[in-house]
Amino acid sequence: MGLVDRIKETTFGKWLSVSFGKKHVKIGIYGPPNAGKTTLANRIVRDWTGDIMGSASEIPHETRRARCKSDIVINNGGSTLTLDVIDTPGIATKIDFHDFVENYGMGEDEAKRRSKEATEGVIEAIRWLGDVDGVILVMDCAEDPFTQVNITILGNLEARKLPVLIAANKIDLENASPATIKSAFPQHPVVPVSALTGYNIEGLYGTMVRHFGRRRPKKRAGAAA
Amino acid sequence: MSGTDFSKKTGSQCAPEDIGTVINLVSKQKMEGMSEGEKIRFILDEVECGKILILEEGLTPQEQTKLIETTMSEIDTDTFIGIEMESYVQETERWWQKLLKLSNRPRMTVIGPAQKLKTVHKDSQVIQAVVISGKRE
Repeated sequence: MGLVDRIKETTFGKWLSVSFGKKHVKIGIYGPPNAGKTTLANRIVRDWTGDIMGSASEIPHETRRARCKSDIVINNGGSTLTLDVIDTPGIATKIDFHDFVENYGMGEDEAKRRSKEATEGVIEAIRWLGDVDGVILVMDCAEDPFTQVNITILGNLEARKLPVLIAANKIDLENASPATIKSAFPQHPVVPVSALTGYNIEGLYGTMVRHFGRRRPKKRAGAAA
Repeated sequence: MSGTDFSKKTGSQCAPEDIGTVINLVSKQKMEGMSEGEKIRFILDEVECGKILILEEGLTPQEQTKLIETTMSEIDTDTFIGIEMESYVQETERWWQKLLKLSNRPRMTVIGPAQKLKTVHKDSQVIQAVVISGKRE
């Protein structure tokens, strides 16, 4: 065990941690398919480590297994926050292989395999909810925010008293309307951003450091998914 | 929720397809008498039979999440592609609810098979859905 870890284990270290907030947090990136979760995860990981998280695609359910990058240190305005970032598969209530065949020209076998893997990905994403300290909920701000997936995820996080930050993504699109997201979910911080172009990504980092680094009451026991 | 077998079927009676789509309005009292696992099993058995349910008092966010998770494990590419579920955003808890630790009750919810039920519009005050007749070729 290193010196820093030993200090953290002391009563004084624990008092410091409690008094000045958490500085190492596990953050899940959640949202419906095609909201830009992996693009955002790639942006965060690339900006602070030079690495990437995974491949992004216009075809829904490109990410079908959760991926994690640990110990990403974000500096913003003199404050730092160490993150473990989990990029999760998109959450959906239905997955129809015909969509992949008809809209993306996929063969039937490949489409069925993708559907099956996507269902497993949704289950994995939901199970990760029990193991994160906070969530970035990614919404496509050119789409209607009142989807059941958004409502269910937010309700679940509120019940668990987990901090959530809404990334109103795809602000670069012509019909983007982050104001609609803000008015739909006024109880949560909403940061307009373009993960693709990097627009306002510094604003997102600043909000992440403030929001996720804040001291919080312990997670409520039994608020399982 | 440990020990609940979500895979156990409740023996729901499926209506013949030629009579049209069955819509059941399910009372608050019926759902209140069920555990979380029983609610989810009841809903999925009905929905997999092709029925649309309107729950007078919907599911909690945790129950909704568990319903999505269980739905995913039961999707069959040829017969069941998942559910369409719609409810309103939970109202923000008032100060006296927080003080008394009373959470908001779930709001009315509609749930149906994704093959048959499709939401066409939703905002903070109106949910508009269509029932799709016929089968995909």
